[in-house]
This record gives sequence, structure tokens and C-alpha cells, in this order.
Amino acid sequence: MVDESKASQSSDSLKPDAAGAESGPGTPQTADAPGVPTAKPVAPAKPAATKTPVPVQVPLDNELSRRYRERFGAGILDALEDRKQPYLVIDAAKLAEIGRYSRDEEKFELLEDFTAVDWPRREKRFDLIAILYSFTHNTRLRLKIPLAEGEQAASLVEIWPTANWLEREIFDLFGIVFAGHPNLRRILLPDEWQGHPLRKDYDILQQDTPWVRENLGIESGQ
Amino acid sequence: MHEDATQTSKTLLGADELVLNMGPQHPSTHGVLRVKLKLDGERVRGTECVIGYLHRGVEKIAEHRTYQQFAPYVDRMDYVAAVSNGLGYCETVEKLLSAEAPPRARVIRTILTELQRIASHLLWLGTHALDIGALTPLFYCMREREEILKIFEKYCGARLTTHAFRIGGLQYEAYDLFEKDVERFCKDFERRIQEYVDLLTGNSIWIGRTRNVGVLSAEDCIALGASGPVLRASGVKWDLRKAMPYAAYDQYQFEIPVGTRGDTYDRYIVRMEEMRQSRLICLQAIENIPPGAILARVGKVLKPPPGEIYHSIESPKGILGYYIVSDGTIQPYRVRIRPPSFVNLQALDKMARGHLVSDVVAIIGTIDIVLGEVDR
Amino acid sequence: MSPATQALLEFLRSWWVELLSGVVIVAIVPLVAGYVVLVERKVMADMQARLGPMRVGPHGLLQPIADALKLLIKEDIIPDNADKLIFWLAPVISMTAALTSMGAIAFGPSFQVARDINVGLLFIIGISSLGLFGIVLGGWASNSHYSIMGAIRSMAQLVSYETAAGLALISGLLLAGTLRIHGIVEAQEQYGVWFIFLAPIAFFIYVVASIAEINRAPFDLPEADSELVAGYMTEYSGFRWSLYFLGEYANMIVVASVATTLFLGGWLRPFASVRWLSWLDVLPALVTQAVGVYCLIRAGKQPVAVQTKFMWAVALACFALAAILAAPLVGPFRWRFLMRGLHGAFWFLLKVGAYIYLFMWLRFTLPRYRFDQLMGLGWYILIPLGIINIFGVGIAMILESEYGWNRWLALVVTTLVTLGAAFFLLHLNEKRKAAASSAIAVAKEAVAGDIYAG
Repeated sequence: MVDESKASQSSDSLKPDAAGAESGPGTPQTADAPGVPTAKPVAPAKPAATKTPVPVQVPLDNELSRRYRERFGAGILDALEDRKQPYLVIDAAKLAEIGRYSRDEEKFELLEDFTAVDWPRREKRFDLIAILYSFTHNTRLRLKIPLAEGEQAASLVEIWPTANWLEREIFDLFGIVFAGHPNLRRILLPDEWQGHPLRKDYDILQQDTPWVRENLGIESGQ
Repeated sequence: MHEDATQTSKTLLGADELVLNMGPQHPSTHGVLRVKLKLDGERVRGTECVIGYLHRGVEKIAEHRTYQQFAPYVDRMDYVAAVSNGLGYCETVEKLLSAEAPPRARVIRTILTELQRIASHLLWLGTHALDIGALTPLFYCMREREEILKIFEKYCGARLTTHAFRIGGLQYEAYDLFEKDVERFCKDFERRIQEYVDLLTGNSIWIGRTRNVGVLSAEDCIALGASGPVLRASGVKWDLRKAMPYAAYDQYQFEIPVGTRGDTYDRYIVRMEEMRQSRLICLQAIENIPPGAILARVGKVLKPPPGEIYHSIESPKGILGYYIVSDGTIQPYRVRIRPPSFVNLQALDKMARGHLVSDVVAIIGTIDIVLGEVDR
Repeated sequence: MSPATQALLEFLRSWWVELLSGVVIVAIVPLVAGYVVLVERKVMADMQARLGPMRVGPHGLLQPIADALKLLIKEDIIPDNADKLIFWLAPVISMTAALTSMGAIAFGPSFQVARDINVGLLFIIGISSLGLFGIVLGGWASNSHYSIMGAIRSMAQLVSYETAAGLALISGLLLAGTLRIHGIVEAQEQYGVWFIFLAPIAFFIYVVASIAEINRAPFDLPEADSELVAGYMTEYSGFRWSLYFLGEYANMIVVASVATTLFLGGWLRPFASVRWLSWLDVLPALVTQAVGVYCLIRAGKQPVAVQTKFMWAVALACFALAAILAAPLVGPFRWRFLMRGLHGAFWFLLKVGAYIYLFMWLRFTLPRYRFDQLMGLGWYILIPLGIINIFGVGIAMILESEYGWNRWLALVVTTLVTLGAAFFLLHLNEKRKAAASSAIAVAKEAVAGDIYAG
């Protein structure tokens, strides 16, 4: 894991000077900084020489985004491009409409992936991400749908049946409820599990201790 | 997990529907998969898959590891084709860093990935034939797979969970006899594929067990998100290696095998042909591996600019996608793995309805699932 | 002496041969069946590019002993609500039927176990069919849903294919004219040609039916372990299971013996009635000698010393056998009488071995039939073909005897007609299957309903 080959002596300006705290638990040289916790690497106190990382999103203004904006107006909250991958931030209330439009008019036949990201400090805590692919045009599009905690999203099962298990997984791991899903149950975790693991405020000490104790006979957190 | 075997409904004749449980311990479910079959006599009226027995929380673990530390974890998902998983992950992170692996690394990656595709399809063929009752192809396939695993072992030290690639390229240079080994394997392999074809392709019992079993039309495939050989066997001539080439695939000539009926037999033919095409890619690639560096200068500490990226590759099972969100620190904020087996397994219900119980085993085999990937 | 003792002694005096043979069968056949299992494992390994059992004994030769010991000392598990008596009885029935039917088989002109009863073939077929009870009772007594389903499937398969096998045998019997085992072989000697050449279609039907009779691949759905229903043997473990298993292999020997007797000329050497080819009589000794020489050559190439010594021992045994086989030919004239017996046994066992090798070959090459396809093959193709074949052979015989046709011409003509009928049956079967698969499509539509579920 540690790049010790000669080709990797990089002069990357982002590389910090304090090698001990940065390289994480895998390297042999972390033993020299006793005050630094090596189990959980934290963001280092950078010397002034390094730049703070800047996001690389740029606004998107192409045919596709213009068509969407024309059609949905305020439903499209933003259109951005990150490292040459376009995505639209849309309003959760318009999700089903936009989904149907994407499949039927824009010919995004395949829902390649449907997932969520948790930003706990934001007001709209979750970001639903739908990745669409068009066989006809051979392009991909991402839809980002901010959702607040407790807000229900429209289910995409009617439009793309593949969303069935994908939405169940999001429900299982994040706790987002999809209105109109025919069978919204947990899929990866046991049915009686309490909690939604992929949320940022769920860690190993908080996992469903009663279930683990009953069914596996161990104290959780071990 | 509670048993809801009592939830049945009345069948056409008014008899009670029978719920039959397959797994999670079963010789033919290819891992810990539980399938509840709702039967009307011998005919399947519906299936319900219970998964999650192998869920290890890999996506959660990713949030607490650096980018390089997470790389070995992805091998353990589709453990039958670990090299492909590694390729997808490394390429995604490279895109996140806006870096690119040098040409030599890309070509060697292609060769190893194609060898891995052959190995994965060989394992699929052996186990699928075994489920249907042909005892011998398994051993022949294992014999070929052994050769590929020997190459992997010589290259990176591991046979199964290889962690062959690094972010930015490769760690290890191709060993001295690498080209010779690959060439010898590929030259031998044509004859071996012919053995499998002789045993199975024209065999009327094989055809009888696989023709018109588990039919999935092209519209259903796309609607259900099935990808890989399942999609191609239904008639959609689409391969991510041609549509959005990655690694060094744009440099090589290969065909995309397509089926017509979308049944188990077509999927078998498609995968056999894919093995042949992978062999051709390997032969083309080893003729001209460009010299040069094998690792790009991405630095020891990876802190990609905040943002997100999605990249997918054509793994032997289908579209394997990685969606990584970075917040500028050394650990990813979110890693989402789009598992082809998970999405393909959804199609089981559609494929199995109306068939006999004996066919369900064949259909599970033909989707080619690896539970490590389904559950992560 | 009391009259009871006298009667007993009288009984023993006239029947001691048969009684002794019975004891010998029960003692020897399980051992032989065990070694047939070893041979199967070695043949399987050879076809699968591996070696098979090698550790227990030289080249795995003590493997059956080890397996038998293991099975004997295994825990005897009986399911909770199983009917104890039937559970105990079922494998016994299976094994008994197989062993009893061996009683009428002749392994050579002088090696018949029982007397040469006048209904020999019928006896064998009838008694071996009784093994069916062992299967279905075993499935029922296990008190498990899947066992009984597997047992019923097995029973259906056996009954259908027994009918097909019987019809095939009738064609051969028409040619032989008698059910007596010795009589059948003598008939083949008289005709001068084995019945496989006179009734090839009957032989083919019998081969297929006999594979299904003994539940072997490609007809082993009821007992395959990658199927959902694990079959009637699920709840049996240890010794009880080994009884079933040995019964299956004993049945294999029985079925091979029947085919050899009726179609492959029994204990006759190739071209038995051709006098100028009687020099072929040296073949048994020659073949055994060649095997011995081969063992000697390979002995030098063995990696381990103990294997070398073992190969020498095998070579020695082969030479001894060759000497025994050659003795009647080269020895004093009064030893001539031995020849028929010894050589007959040699040819018979060779043919039975070849037939069993064919079984094994088919098992490791072909995938498994699904149950409906299996039953379709039996009822839609083999049974009608068997009936047509009986008519064919019968008509050929009438043509020969009443109308003076040349025997070969008559048989060739009727065989061709039967072949035509076979193709017609296959065509009908294809049409039926096409109709059935559209029925599946209709059934799919009927249950299509909720595709979004589960």
C-alpha cells in the first residue's frame, strides 16, 4: 500500500511536511509523534505553504441543461460539472416528473445507480444521487436531489424497475422512505435491525447492540 | 430473520401455494443466498431473494480508510474477479485526482483484467455446468483457471484477492517472463475452449436444459438494469469497453458477442465467446507493451479536490461502478459501489416465473452472481 | 435320526450348491460393488484430468475398505417421526432384490450361481424390479416432504423405464426363443452372430433404459445433490445408506449382465461359430499377458518404491492369470474341458466391464435431464419405439421363416423401417415440446402480475 517505488517521489505541493501524522496507520514511521492519534488520522494543521483544497465544480451550460431548465424552470436548482461529469441538482418534489422526462424524452433508458450521501451538518441532510445512462446518446447524467431528514422521496420504480432494490438499499442504510415503493423493507440488514448504518452519526459503538447480543451472542463494538 | 412461510395465497386451482426455501446453505446458490420460491405444484409463481448474509459494511469502512488503504477491500467484494474490482476503483480515484496512469501501466492493466475475465467466466462455466449435472467441465475449467492464477501469483504474489493495481498505475513491474506466460496460456486456451464447446454446446441434453429457460427480453433487461452478458444475450450489442473505453481497450480489436433469445443458452454462448475475445485482446496487447513508467506521480498522500466522480467498468459480471465523494481530506467522504450482481439478481424473479423448480438452479447460475458483490 | 433331521440333510444334500452360492454372493458382491465404486472414482478422475483416490493403499486400492469401515462406525441417525420398522426394512429390500436377482445370472457357462432355471431372464428382471419397493418405502419412512417427493419421482422414473427395458428385451427374446440364460447364449451361438447386430435398436433402447433403471446420470435427478429435492436417500446415513448405494452398484452389475447375455453374446468369444477364427482363443491369455507386461514397464517409472513393488505384484498376478487362461490351450488334452468355463468367464466379464465403463463414461460426460424431459423421453420415445421394434423383429422373423427371405435382408429392412419410425417419433416429440414451451409462456403471463415484488 505504501508507494515505496522510486517513481513515486513526487513533488506534489499538496504533500505536507509532517509525514508522521499524515500517512495513516499503515506506515512504519508514525511512531514518532506520540501526541498524534494514529488510529484515526485527523486533518493536519497545515503549514502555510500548502494551499487549501478548492472544489473543482464549474457551472454547466450546455444543450442538455438548457432543455431541462426550460422544461422545469425552478425544479432545476443548479447545473454543474465536476471533472467533466455533468450533474443537475433538482428539487425533490419534481423527482418523479424529471425522472419520467429523462427516460422518455431525453432517452436515459438505464438507471445505472441510485444512492445517497449524508451531509449531517446541512439543513437538507441527504443527497439522493441518481446516475442515468443513455444507450441512444451514450452519455451519462447525474441527478442530485437534496432531501431533508424525514422527507419522503418519490419512488422511481414505476419509471425504472431496477430502482426496486436500489431504493430498498437506500432505505436500509440511510432511512430515507420512498413513497410509492411496493415493498420497502430492509434488504441487506436483518429485518429487525435498529438504525441506519451509512448515516454519519452511526458508528460501531452505536450499532444495534440488542440484536447483535441476541442473535450472535457477542457484545457489539468488539 | 423471521420466516413468513405462512404467507401464501391460493393458486389457480384453489390449492394452497407452497413456499419452498432454497438456501442459505445450498450447493447451488453460489454463496449465501436464500431464495424463497412460491410454487404451484412444480411451477414457480414467484421468487423472493433474501440477501445480506455477506454484508460487511464495506461502504462504511471506506469512510474511515485512506484511498490507498481501501484498495484491498474492493478485492473482497467480487472475490472471483478481484482484479476487475481493483481496476474500477483505481481508475475512479485517478479520475478524482485528474491523473492518468501511464501507457505501460494501462496496457498491463488491460492484460491482467482480461485474464481475470477469462478466469471468472471459467469459474462460472464450471459451476453452472455442475449445477445442471455435467460433472466434468468443472475440472477442466479449474485446470485452465489454475494457469491464470499462477500468472497472478507470479505477478503480485496473490491468486485470489490480488490488489494488483495501485492508484496511479502499478506497483510491480511485469515480471520477466510475463509476456511468454500469457502468450503460452492464450495459445493453449483455444484448444481448451474447444473442449468445452465439444462437451456442452451441441449436447442435446444441455440445450434441452438451457434453451428457453430464464428468458429476459431486451426491454426487461434495460428496465431492470441488468448488464454484462445478461444484457448482451438479450440482443443489446453494448459493451462499456467499446462505448466508453477505459484502460487501453481503445487500442485493440475485439468483437462484442450478442445473443438473440435472451435465454440461458444464449448467455452461455455469449460468455464462451467473450472468453475467446478476451484471449484475442491479450494476444494483441502482449505484442506491444509500451516501455516507460508504471506509476504516475500522484503522491503518497492523496487528497483529491472536494467533489465527486462516477466511473464504471465492464467487469465480467456487468457494469461495476464506483461513485466517490471527496471532501478534500485523505479519506473519501462516501464510496458507493454499484454492484452488477446485485442489480442482475433483481431479474431472477422475472426470469424464473413459470418455470419448474429444477430450472431455478440453472437460472441462478446463469445470472452469474457473487454474493460478496451482492452484499458488500 | 429323526425324520426332521433326515429331511434337513436330504434338503442340504440336493441344494448345497445353491445355498453355498447364496452365501458367496452375499459375501462377495458387496466387496465387488465396493471395488466397482473405486473403479468408477478412478475412471471419473481420469476423465476429469486428475488422479482419484491415491492415498489409502497403493493407488487407492484400500479405499473401499476404508469407506466401508467408516460407514459401519458412523452414528445411526433415525429421523424423529420415522416409521422405525420400514426405515430399517427399506434398504434391506433394495439390497436383497439386487442380490437375489444375481442368483440367476451366469457369469460363464459353468459359473451360474443358481440352477439354470427355465425362466432365467424373467426372474432377473422381475426380482430386480422389486428393488423399487426399497426406494419408495425408504422415501416414505423418512417422514420428510422432500424425501417422499424424491422417492415418488424415482419410482415414476423406474416404472416407466422398466417398461421400456422390458420391451427392448422382448425383441431380443424373440430372436432367442427362450428365457433360459444358457439357451439365450446358445441361440446366439447358433445364429452365429450376437443379437446386437440382429436387433441394434433394441440394444440401444436397452442401454438408455438401463441407465434410467439404476438412477444414474443423465437420469439421476431424483438423487442429484444440486437439486432442490435431495431424494429418498436424504435421511439415510452410515450403514443404511451404504446398503442403498451397494444395491445400486449391484443393480448395475445385474443390468450389465443382462445386456451382455442377451445382446453381446454372453460368454462367447467374438466370432464364436467361425471355426477358422478359433485362433482368437489365444486372445484372453495374450491380452492378460500384455497387461502384465505393461505393468512391468510402468513399474520402472513409478516415483515411489512401494508403488514399484505394487506394480510388480500386479504384473505377477496378470501373468498368473494369463497362465491359467492359456493352460487349457497349451496343456494336456484332458484340461480342455476347463477352457470353455475359464475363457467364457473371461469374455463375459470383459463385456460386462465394457458395458459398465460405458455407463461411467456417460455419467461424466452428459448433463442431467430435467424430470419432465426424462419422463418424456421414456414415454414418448422409448416405449413406442420398443413396441415398433418388437413388430419389426417379429416381421423379420416371419419373412425369413415363412417367405424365405434372407435373414440379414429381412432384419436390415425392418431395422431401417424402425429407424424411420424413431425419427418420426423424435419429430413428434419436438412438436410436443414446442407446444409445452408456449404453455410455459402462457403460464408466465398468467403469473406475471407483480413484477416489482421481491
